[in-house]
Amino acid sequence: MIGFFLRRLGESMLAIWGVVTIMFFVTRVLGDPAALLLPIGASAADIEALRDQLGLNQPLMVQYFHFLTSALQGDFGTSFQHGRDAMDVVLERLPATATLALTAIAIGLVIGAVAGSVAALKRGSAVELLVMAVALLGQATPVFWLGIMLILFFAVNLGWLPTGGYGTIWQLILPAVTLAVFVSASIARLLRSSMLDILQEDYIRTAKAKGLLRSTVFFWHVARNALIPVVTMTAILTGELLGGSVVTETVFAWPGIGRLIIQAIEAKDFPIIQAGITLIAAIFVLINFLVDLLYGVLDPRIRKAR
Amino acid sequence: MKHFITDLYKSKAGLVGAVLIMVIVLVSLLAPVLDLPDPTRGDLRARLVGPTWTSLFAPGAHPLGTDEVGRDILSRLINGSRITLLVATTAVLLGGIVGTVLGIWAGYKGGLIDRVLMRLVDIQLAIPLMLLALLVVAALGPSLRNVVLVLALTSWIRYARIIRAQVLSLREREFVQSAHAIGASTLRIMFLHILPNVLTPALVVGTLELARVIIMDSALSFLGLGVQPPTPSWGRMLADGRVYISSAWWAVTFPGLAIVLTVLSVNLFGDWLRDYFDPKTRSAK
Repeated sequence: MIGFFLRRLGESMLAIWGVVTIMFFVTRVLGDPAALLLPIGASAADIEALRDQLGLNQPLMVQYFHFLTSALQGDFGTSFQHGRDAMDVVLERLPATATLALTAIAIGLVIGAVAGSVAALKRGSAVELLVMAVALLGQATPVFWLGIMLILFFAVNLGWLPTGGYGTIWQLILPAVTLAVFVSASIARLLRSSMLDILQEDYIRTAKAKGLLRSTVFFWHVARNALIPVVTMTAILTGELLGGSVVTETVFAWPGIGRLIIQAIEAKDFPIIQAGITLIAAIFVLINFLVDLLYGVLDPRIRKAR
Repeated sequence: MKHFITDLYKSKAGLVGAVLIMVIVLVSLLAPVLDLPDPTRGDLRARLVGPTWTSLFAPGAHPLGTDEVGRDILSRLINGSRITLLVATTAVLLGGIVGTVLGIWAGYKGGLIDRVLMRLVDIQLAIPLMLLALLVVAALGPSLRNVVLVLALTSWIRYARIIRAQVLSLREREFVQSAHAIGASTLRIMFLHILPNVLTPALVVGTLELARVIIMDSALSFLGLGVQPPTPSWGRMLADGRVYISSAWWAVTFPGLAIVLTVLSVNLFGDWLRDYFDPKTRSAK
């Protein structure tokens, strides 16, 4: 177990290093930030002076090693737009993104788990058909369009909820529901198919033949095993939402990390882009690391296999 | 092939998906001969005209209304579908070819190549796909070619992982072993013996990837990083229409419906295709 722990830890570190390296070289292609920072008509000498000051004139490898050592200390430089430490700016946006992502995951997980189990247990019924049809539709709907439709209906036509913004619980409802629809559709479909697989297993027949209560069979034998792929999916979705709800944050003017990074890409604000993506990748890798450890708890077979 | 058709016919969802895909592809291919209004030419006297359902065949009418500069929405949707389908299929094919070749290579050769490739996949999986796409499009500049490249980049890992896993078990099979024993070269084994056996899973992944790529493509153009105007694109239409949401619901509703319908039909067909080729789920029916 300790060997496995250390190996996974090493792999996680390697993944983060890879992300940081790829990102460094990609962002260096983005353009010349020095020319952008100065007013139009600035002399070539002024641009050159600023490039020197920002360290953009050094050889690429020197810049890379400098970047890597500062990144290890969480120092990504000063944001060109905000004039403050880039990581600080990114971290300020973390609560907004985390609130939205976790609310959406929580709502989506509950709805998806209930819908998925009902669909699996009521195989062939009208309920299963309905759940699966709605889930299929939910997966086919782009989140940004769903968001726009919800705004059109609940904010513009009915006037019940605000169209966007951040601060009150009312402003959280529409974006959270938008993302939760996608989450619950994915979870419901996955849980149904993994439950159907498990219901065919011999140990379920044995459990039923022993005369166990139906609820005992469901919670101890079916649900527990069906949860494993759901945990993986939830981890992936959490990671995606923590960094990838860019379009939803844009639609609802939600001041999260995704929107910050989009604006930074438009302004070619390297420190923000780099700090933001590194943070997201680190969170993502950490979540996956924790999930791998959790597997052992959920499934003793995996624990043994190590 | 006959079994393929009869099974598709029996599966209602798969059939609906297949028929819808055919209709969408047909309409987009026939766009030039459909006598549609110019999708890029506005008419400022006819800005944000509402949809008129009865006027589908009346000349000069706008069945789905017009946008903020008076361009016909139906015509823009149909012309936009050409771009979307072109971008999505090219990206999925490109990602599929790269992913399949690398998957076979890593799976068959194993060793260092396999380990490096799989680490690369892990690293890419640590960046949310949307952010990766945004970063690369922003770096390369938005254009048709770059959008295809970026979407292919987000797609290859899915093929590579699944194909590699398949090859790991194929490698030990007798026909591969005997090909090896009679002195077939590695390239010959990889392309003549292994490739035909992984085409089916590649096809299934490809269909499901197509749906994901269509959504991602429209998200990119929604954010202004997709195909650039005046070329009509569904995501861009949504972004432009969003400004007029309180006065013109049709400008944001129809482009989204077009995306949903396309993705839904691809998913329906893809789900059926996966079940059809997976004996485990097929026998369970």
